[in-house]
Amino acid sequence: MDMRAHDTPVATLADLLPGQHATITGLSGESELRTRLQSLGLRPGRRVTVVRRSRFGGPIQIRLGTSDLLIRPQQARTIFIK
Amino acid sequence: MKRVALLGMPNTGKSTFFNRLTGASAKVGNWPGITVDLLSARILLGTEMVEVVDLPGIYNLHGFAEDERVARTFLEEQPVDLLVVITNATQLDRQLALALQLQALGQPMVLLLNMIDEARTLGIHIDQQRLAQELGMPVVAISAKHGMGMEQARQAITQALHEAHPPRAADIERTFAEDSALQTRLDAIFSATVDVPVSATDRLTDRLDRLLLHPWLGLPLFFVAMLGMFEAVYTLGAPLQDGVAWMLERVKTGAVSPAVTAWPPLVQSFVLDGLFDGIGTILSFLPIIVLFFLFMAIIEDSGYMSRAAFLMDAFMSRLGLDGRAFVMQLMGFGCNVPALMGTRVMRSRGLRLLTMLIIPFSLCSARLQVFVFFTTAIFEPWAAPLVLFSLYLFSFGAAFLTAVLYRRRLAHAEPLLLELPPYRFPTLRQMWLRGWREVTHFLREASGFILFGVVLVWILTHFPKDVPVASPETLAGQLAALFEPLMQPLGIDHLMTIALLFGFVAKEVVLGALAVIYGVGESELAGIVSSRIDWVQAYSFMLFVLIYTPCLSTVAVLKQESKSWRFTALAIGWPLLLAWVVSFVFYQGARWLGL
Ligand SMILES: Nc1nc2c(ncn2[C@@H]2O[C@H](COP(=O)(O)OP(=O)(O)OP(=O)(O)O)[C@@H](O)[C@H]2O)c(=O)[nH]1
Ligand SMILES: [Mg+2]
Repeated sequence: MDMRAHDTPVATLADLLPGQHATITGLSGESELRTRLQSLGLRPGRRVTVVRRSRFGGPIQIRLGTSDLLIRPQQARTIFIK
Repeated sequence: MKRVALLGMPNTGKSTFFNRLTGASAKVGNWPGITVDLLSARILLGTEMVEVVDLPGIYNLHGFAEDERVARTFLEEQPVDLLVVITNATQLDRQLALALQLQALGQPMVLLLNMIDEARTLGIHIDQQRLAQELGMPVVAISAKHGMGMEQARQAITQALHEAHPPRAADIERTFAEDSALQTRLDAIFSATVDVPVSATDRLTDRLDRLLLHPWLGLPLFFVAMLGMFEAVYTLGAPLQDGVAWMLERVKTGAVSPAVTAWPPLVQSFVLDGLFDGIGTILSFLPIIVLFFLFMAIIEDSGYMSRAAFLMDAFMSRLGLDGRAFVMQLMGFGCNVPALMGTRVMRSRGLRLLTMLIIPFSLCSARLQVFVFFTTAIFEPWAAPLVLFSLYLFSFGAAFLTAVLYRRRLAHAEPLLLELPPYRFPTLRQMWLRGWREVTHFLREASGFILFGVVLVWILTHFPKDVPVASPETLAGQLAALFEPLMQPLGIDHLMTIALLFGFVAKEVVLGALAVIYGVGESELAGIVSSRIDWVQAYSFMLFVLIYTPCLSTVAVLKQESKSWRFTALAIGWPLLLAWVVSFVFYQGARWLGL
């Protein structure tokens, strides 16, 4: 199989395992979601840590500085990280 | 009169501050979205009377959930002299953004750094003077919960009001443009004024979460804790209730009865059997209600609600709901009305309506009274809490079933984004405020709706005059006869049917009605009821009470919040049908099994 046919997948917040951290590089959701994410502190340049993930595809607990948030994997996939 | 608006992100302590400042008792809880409506109070600041308004929390000025709309509409339509912006001092990195947005509105502002106690514990240092300089507004560090800095805050507000220009409403559309410039400014101000240690997290919260959010233990722990709470309500509450009932009986035989002996028999009966027994029976549950609400206050203030959302979200999303809907169900255990209002934090109409459809199944404190009464009257003491717990499971079951049936019609795609605050514990002062709130609420209901219901029951069971009380010939008896073909297959006799009919007004009336029907106070009622019905009938009756329409207030709020008669009709009709089917299946099934 030709690997070049696929783009290198961009890492998103949904890919992180508990305990891992990364820096947010961009938001790709629609504008209302982006506004909400930003006012919760999820914006490019911020460091984010995944604290825990729940079972059965439930929400992810993330930590930004001193704030903890719950976010579903579906929305976490719209947040690019490096 | 000058007007001050309290603004800030959700869960920053606006209502706590409002209560401290004005002596009000607004509801406080460790959950973003406790306040969903305006609340105002007047106080004397310096030499003038000032109106202070507590608003729902907002994340930014562009949110479109119903609660955010309330805050935004207020700002746009009401002239305000001063904005008091309340922030969580441990989260200034994101909370200052709202302060900067609001500053762009051009109104005079005071910034309060609340929860300074938590900030200190975490080792966060804030250069207040520098912050005030950078922002160009007074900045005061406070702890609304513990009362620190209140005097300075009061002074700063008075001072700012003194200097304020003529009040005006805000032009939010005009200030829509902003963002990246604001973000840069925020970062600059934050790094110049706030110093956060590298690992500033609440250790206790982390440790508790490891247990309470454990992948396998989390949910079982939740149910064990719930069961424990009902055990506690029973063990502590039942003796208190007996005490009150005993006292009321003494008052009746010692004071009220002798006082009315000279009056005509019908008036005597109205005062004794109608008013005194009816209302007295309900009042005897006051200790249990207060106790229950104290537990609720501790849970709501602990921050566990957001954890419950975490634990249940995956399951709830399969029902077309989300974790917040589960939290609203839990809040509905206190009273369905605030839980229904609490759905204002949801943006999409589908999700909101679906949640509002399931909340009335939450076993509220009024139904709790009925169930505490029946379980203690009919079941052994050791079994009573378990029976009660089983009713809570039915309450969840009815809600989940309803969601499954209606999730397609009320579909939505709303993302879940929820803050997880640290665990907190209410102070005695907060618990006292909450207890007081509930007592006054209960008494207000008891003197309004409930009194009305009880008087109505008395009239219908005592007229026409020359037939035995509550017999089939009375008005109530005739009414019940209409429903007999429907209620008999559920094991519910005509006297209980009368009680159910009036339970529409409010569930408390069910017990008041029984007391009126039998013409006795709470202490004797239990004996009479247990001699007339067996446990299968009692359980069938309780299932019906649990599931059918909770009360008129709930119906009114369903209409007010949904703005749709069709939805309101559905929210009344469906539970009635479900209540009948569940009671029928239970009663007939149990009889068939020979129970
Ligand atoms: N440690 C600490 N906790 C506080 C303080 N002020 C408020 N709290 C707690 O913070 C939580 C939220 O308080 P509320 O007053 O309900 O917050 P709110 O801003 O009105 O919240 P919404 O109405 O949901 O927007 C509650 O658990 C309070 O007990 C404080 O100064 N210190
Ligand atoms: Mg509030």
